[in-house]
Order: sequence, then C-alpha cells, then structure tokens
Amino acid sequence: MSLLEVRDLSIAFGGLKAVDGLSFDVAEGEVFTLVGPNGAGKSTIFNMISRFYEPTEGKIFFDGEEITHLPAHKIAELGIARTFQNIELFDHSTVLSNLLMGRHVHRKTQVIQDLLFTRKARADERSHRRRVEEVITFLELEAHRDSLIAGLPYGVRKVVEIGRALAIGPKLLLLDEPASGLSVEETRDVAFWIEDMKREMGLTILMIEHDMGLVSAVSDRVLAVADGKFLAQGTASEVQSHPDVIEAYLGTGAGGEPELKKEEAGA
Amino acid sequence: MEFIQLIIGGVANGCVYGLIALGFVLIYKSSEGVNFAQGDMMMLGAFVALGFVNDDYFGLAFLPGIILACIVMGGVGYSMDRFVVRKIFGQPQFALVILTIAIGFVLRFVAGAIWGYSPLVLETPYAGLTFSFSGLIISAEDAVTILATIMLTAVLWYFFAFTRIGLATQAASQNQLSAYYMGIPVKFLNSLIWGLSGIVATIAGVLAASKGTIDPNLGLIGIKAFAAAVIGGFGSLPGALAGGLIIGVIEPIAARYGPAGVSQTAPYVFMLLVLILRPAGLFSQITAKKV
Amino acid sequence: MKVIFKKSYDRDIDLFRDRQTALRIGLLVLVLILVPFFASEYFLAEATNTLIWSLAGLGLMVLVGHTGQVSLGHAAFLAIGAYTDAALMNAGWPWLLAFLTAGAVTGVFGAIIAIPAIRMSGIYLAIATMALAVLVEEAVILAEPITGGVAGVFAPDIAIFGISFGRYDSLPNFYWLCLAVVVIVTFGYANLLRSATGRSFLAVRDSEISARALGINVSRTKTLAFGLSCAITGLAGGLMGHFFSFFNYEAFTIIISINLLLAVTIGGLGHIQGAFASAILITAVPQVLAIVRDGLSNIGVDLSGVPGLDTLVFSLILIGFIIYEPLGIYGRYLKIKAFWNLFPLSRRDMFRRQMTYLKTERMK
Repeated sequence: MSLLEVRDLSIAFGGLKAVDGLSFDVAEGEVFTLVGPNGAGKSTIFNMISRFYEPTEGKIFFDGEEITHLPAHKIAELGIARTFQNIELFDHSTVLSNLLMGRHVHRKTQVIQDLLFTRKARADERSHRRRVEEVITFLELEAHRDSLIAGLPYGVRKVVEIGRALAIGPKLLLLDEPASGLSVEETRDVAFWIEDMKREMGLTILMIEHDMGLVSAVSDRVLAVADGKFLAQGTASEVQSHPDVIEAYLGTGAGGEPELKKEEAGA
Repeated sequence: MEFIQLIIGGVANGCVYGLIALGFVLIYKSSEGVNFAQGDMMMLGAFVALGFVNDDYFGLAFLPGIILACIVMGGVGYSMDRFVVRKIFGQPQFALVILTIAIGFVLRFVAGAIWGYSPLVLETPYAGLTFSFSGLIISAEDAVTILATIMLTAVLWYFFAFTRIGLATQAASQNQLSAYYMGIPVKFLNSLIWGLSGIVATIAGVLAASKGTIDPNLGLIGIKAFAAAVIGGFGSLPGALAGGLIIGVIEPIAARYGPAGVSQTAPYVFMLLVLILRPAGLFSQITAKKV
Repeated sequence: MKVIFKKSYDRDIDLFRDRQTALRIGLLVLVLILVPFFASEYFLAEATNTLIWSLAGLGLMVLVGHTGQVSLGHAAFLAIGAYTDAALMNAGWPWLLAFLTAGAVTGVFGAIIAIPAIRMSGIYLAIATMALAVLVEEAVILAEPITGGVAGVFAPDIAIFGISFGRYDSLPNFYWLCLAVVVIVTFGYANLLRSATGRSFLAVRDSEISARALGINVSRTKTLAFGLSCAITGLAGGLMGHFFSFFNYEAFTIIISINLLLAVTIGGLGHIQGAFASAILITAVPQVLAIVRDGLSNIGVDLSGVPGLDTLVFSLILIGFIIYEPLGIYGRYLKIKAFWNLFPLSRRDMFRRQMTYLKTERMK
C-alpha cells in the first residue's frame, strides 16, 4: 500500500514552472530517494508536501487522505516530519529543548493546566522526556543534551535536526539532503541510522540527496527529476546508468559511465 | 475651491512627511536597518539651520546657511553610523531599533540644551509671500516645499538607479557577504547613506520649520512619517513619498469633514487598514524565506 | 564548579535546579515580605512602584522576550487595565473582581489586536503597535464617561473584607498586595516556560517555519501570547492606577511604551529575571540621578535647571548596553556567573556572538 501518493503535481512561480506534472508513489516502509541536479525542484516538492507552498495543479495523498490543501501545521499531526536543507533549529534553546518541541503534536494539556503546572502537566512532561531520551540514545546525542544549539558544530546540528523530526514519532520522514556538509564518517553514520529507522522503527523515508554513495547504500527506489519533470525511476544503479539522467547531469555526448561506476564501488 | 486649497496645504505637509519617510527608507534600503531617530534628525537639522540662518545666531544668508546645515547634518548622520551604529554591526535588527530610539532621545536633549525648549521661528527670505493662481492662494512656503521635494526625489531616484555608488548600495543591501567579496566597502557605504539621510532630514526640517515653529519635540512628527513609510511599503522610495502625501492629505480632510479628534488618528487608522489588507504596504515588496 | 547529579527527569522539570536555588529564592521572597518593617515610607513607595513595573515588564516580556513579537505600544494596555479597574470599582464592584476583570478585558483586547498583528512581523508590527498606542491615547480622551477625558479618574482605595489596602492609608498592606500579585504571576510565568505552551512560544520566536513543521499552530500561539501578555500588563495597569490614586492619559503616553520596551531590553530579553532588572532600572535611575545632582550641587555644580536629564542618562545607559552587552543586565549576570563557575577554566570568547550578515529576504 502506498503511504504517499503524488499525482500530477505542478507549481509555477510567476512564469517559471518549478515542478511540472510529477507523479510518484512511496510504499510503506521503503526508502525512496529524489535525485536530480540543483534547481530541479526537489526541495519545492518537499515544501508542497509540508504545505509551505500551494501547488497550482495536482494532488497529494497520505495514508489514503488528500492533504493537498491542508494548513501547514496539520501535517505533523498526520505523521509527516521533515528536516530542512539549511538547518532551521531553535538557536537559543538547548538540544533537549529542541527535541522536546518535537513532541508538540502529542501534547495533552490545555493552557490553563500548563499555567498551574498540574499533576497532569508534570506527568505529560515526564512522558515527553522519556520519548525524547529514546531519540537521544538512538542518535547518540547524550553528550550534547544541555548544549545550546548556537555553540554546536554543523555536523551535530544536522543530527539534532533529524532527531527533532524523529521526536514527532512520524510515519513518514522527509529528509532534505541529510548528508550535505557532513564528513565521510558522519555520512556513514547517517546511512546506518536510516537503515535502523527503516528496520527497527518501521519508518517510511522520502529523501533528497546528492551523495550517490549514500543513495546507493540505503535507497530501495530512486526517482530522478530535472527541471521539475520526471526523468527516470528505478533502483539506484538503474537510475544512475539511465542515459537521460546522465544527460541531465553531464550534458549530451558525455561518457560519464566509468565515473559513476567508480563512485558506486567506493560507497 | 476651498477643497483644493485644503489639498494643496495637505500636499505640502505630506511632502515633509514624505521626505522624512524618504530618509527612513533610504537607510532601510541600504542595510535593512530602521532609524527611529529620523524624526529627531529632522528636528536637529531644523535647529542647526536656524543656528546658521537666524539673526540671533550666526545670521548667514539663507541659501548658504541651509547648505552649511546640510553639510553639518550630513556629517552628523555619517558619524552616527560610523561611531555608534557600526558598533552593533551583525546584531539583529531589533537592536538597531532600540539603539536609534535611544539616540533620538539624546538628540532631543542636545537640541534642548543648545536652543532651549521654547518654540523658535526659522527666518526664511520668502516668509509671508504668496502666489495667486486663478483664485487659489499658494503660500511661498508650500510652493517651495513641493518643488524641493520633487527635485530631491528625482535626484535620489537617479542616484540609486544609475550611479555606481547607488548600485553598489543596492548590492550590499541584498547580500552583505557577497558584496564584501566583490570588493564593495559595505560599512563605508552604509555610513554614506546615513549621511545622505541626514541631509534629506535637514531639508525636511527646514521645510517644516518654514511653516511654523520648531521645538525639540518636533521629532514626534517622525511617528507619522513612519506610518507614511509603512503605507508606501518599506523598500520603495517613491512609495515613501506617496505614503507621506496620502497622510498629508488625509489630515486636513479628516479635520474639516470628520468629527472632532479624528484628524489626529485618521492617518494611523489608515495605516492600520493598509497593514491589514496589504501587510507589506501599497507599493509592497514581497518577502519570503527560502527553505 | 558545581556539578549536579540528576537522578530523575524531575530534576529538569522542576522549577529550581537544586535545593540551594530554591532556598535562595525563598529567602529573597522572605526579605521582600519583611521590607515594610524596616524601610522608610518613601523607600516602601518606591519598592511598590518597582513591583508594579516588574509586573508590566513581565507582561511585555511574554510577548517580546519569549514570543519574539515587538510591541512599541504596551502602555495602551496599562491604560486599559487601569481605567477598567477604576471604572468598575467606581461602579461599586469589589476590588478583586474589578482587578481580575480588568486583566481579562485587557487580555481579550490583546487577543483582538492579535488578529491583524499576527500577519505583521518585525518593523511593521513595531510601527503598528506604536500607532495603536497613539490611537488608545486619543480614545481615552474621547471616552469621557469612563475615563474622565482629559481630566482623568480617581481610583478608589482598595478594601478587602474591611481591611484597608489603600495606597496612602496603609502602604504596607498595598505593598503586600502587589507583592502577592507579582509572586503569583511569576509562578504562572515560570510554569508556562517549562511546559509545552511555553515551548511553543519559544518555537514561534526562533523559527516560525520549523514551528509549523512541528505541528504548532503559529497563529493560535501568537494570539495566545498576545492575550496573556496583555492580560498581565492589564493587571499591572490596574495596580498602577491605585498607586497613582488619580491618573489621566498622560500616565500612559507613547513615551511610556517606548521606555518600557527599552527597559525590558536592557533588563535581559528572554529571562523572567530581566523583567525585574528592568523595573529596578526604571525606578532606580531617577533616584540615583537625584542623589548625584544633590551631591554635585554640594560642590557647586548646579544641574537642577537642566531638563530631560533623566531621559538622557537612561538613553546613554541603553546605548552602552546595546553596544557592549546586548544580552542585557541579566545576560551580563549570567556571563559573570558562568565565568566564576568555570574559574579558572573559562575561555575568553565563550560568549562570542556569531555575526549575522544581511541576506535580504526581500524579493523584488
């Protein structure tokens, strides 16, 4: 059963059609990756799923329900979490605080109970904290629990960004370039985490990524997009060796195949 | 006929508001900074001009006195940025709001200390002159105000669109780091724009002074000018002027045809309406964050 | 260096980090309760004034410090609270009911203001709130039956169960009343910050986009913040009215709004303690200045003829803080505390701020 269905999705900014009639399905429990040159519209697709942008045409279905026109804050309630390409953490709070913000969709107290901090509010806080600690253990963030985001290195912030999305307890996780700016070891950690999320937590992951090594290592299926349009879909190796994809990345007449094979071997 | 008379008076007032708003928008366009001391700079400019021109003080001829005042206030504006505002370079916009509000208070104190708190009159050579025009009577002050504003706006528009400094300023206002990489002296340009803003404020001050008396609390007109800048939309020079004119015209119409006390509040009510219907102003710029 | 060994999540959830902090705060409250017993009438009045301004500062802090919404017009809400409280009491209502209703009315007003205010941000919101302040000033003058127009109103003495809490009749009682209100509101505020609601405020302050992606209804959160902020400010206004006994619109001008925001900023945005620091600043500067003036006149320098000196000194302090310590008085205190906690291992650039270069979000 498809968890996420995108049908003929299009969006135009003024005269520029950023996404043009794109359709794809993401099956439950799979890792589905969007690849494509810069400016292909991949982040725009994410922004439409998270409802920051309003598509001009097309529909999006999640778990059978249409979500194309929902307000942005309803998306997390349904079980879709996302990370941002340029980290959008809360700079003046601690890591713990940021992760706790992820539990907002699971809050059960009213404002008045918060103001008086009733026993229910305290019990809720404890349960939120318990769940967040599970995320911290999973992502090995124990050392940074009480550090302010502002003082943390880039690699750690990227991990916290993933953690905050995990704290929501989502069914679908949208990862926007999780490996960009990370070292080789950190990228390998991300690959392991994605594997664990898929196998142990049963998460479905929709990912945008440029690092072909990571893409080949974790993806079940890959969709290549260029100029907002569908280019090719299949396994990682199928898409990488697809002539249209090679042309989109390297231009016509380029014999790019040997280079791609080398990347695959080194992954 | 009386209506047109009202409008002309309102347009002249509006030009003053527009000029203050112009100085305000100049700084915003160049560094996304907001100078809440703009009204007080106008007030100080008027006083400095008075200090050069009035017989009680230096007693210079009118035009040289005004030019001297502009130079002095240009220097004051430049120094304000160079020695105070530059120190908070890199802090969020809110810090500048607080800083300029405080600077405004200081300017008010300085003016009061030097020239006292009783209202003074700027001696202009055209005081009391009027032009008659097919039944309309236009005072020389109003005529000079309108003409000066038109000329100044044209000069500024040309400056930003066509000169190298203007283009460099626009670049710096869009991406400071990239501007630095291109060799643009971002901080120096910012100070230059503040100096320019000081000159515009002085002219606005002289024009305002010519139509009445001045005292250190004159800067409170600045609040109306901010409303004008908001109505026009912050990033637009012609918008600032348009906003000023709109407010300038609304005031006398509301006073004449509306119930008592409305003329004070009408500009703000109009501004709030604009903000509700078009949150970025009439000549709005779109702001969006790309994620 | 103090190491806290945490054995349960409650250590982080509790209001106070450890027993010592709790004891210190308890001691502080005890000292505050005992002030009327060893202070002069003059000092007690000043202390009461400081408490009331702390309440106003707390109100503004909710909005500016913790939800990131600038308000340059908060004196308008002081006015609404003061006039509502006085009007209801003059109509015969008992003080407690009038007081709480004044807070509620101001809070509702704030929620209504939020409807357009939500769509504005940054400088537009600042100017819109300034306009609001001017409008309320005018409205107060026009609404003569309730507000006494230009002349003003008289706030009746407070009496609860026959005991007088009047500001002039029994200043200690009035002081204890204000203290009680401040303690209760601070308790609620602290609870807010450690709960989900408070976290949603912080989320809206730091990144609205993330907040949306985390399921936070940004509009509803901002409205709630406005409502709470204005309610607290309304309560402060109510107390202020009784402190002045007789007041008119001049007590709530736009200059007051601006001063409140300036003070709260130097106090330390984003911390409850900052609101208290701001109140001390507002009431202390004129006092210190008067003492300095007296001292200077003793050695022959006569500054009494110079008007506006209070504002000048206040502004200079402000400029100094913005340039050298943007985190404010409480921020500086935290830095000093961190320095001594880590002594001698603290690093010189521990609090170095990252410069943010302008990258405009304007797109035309």
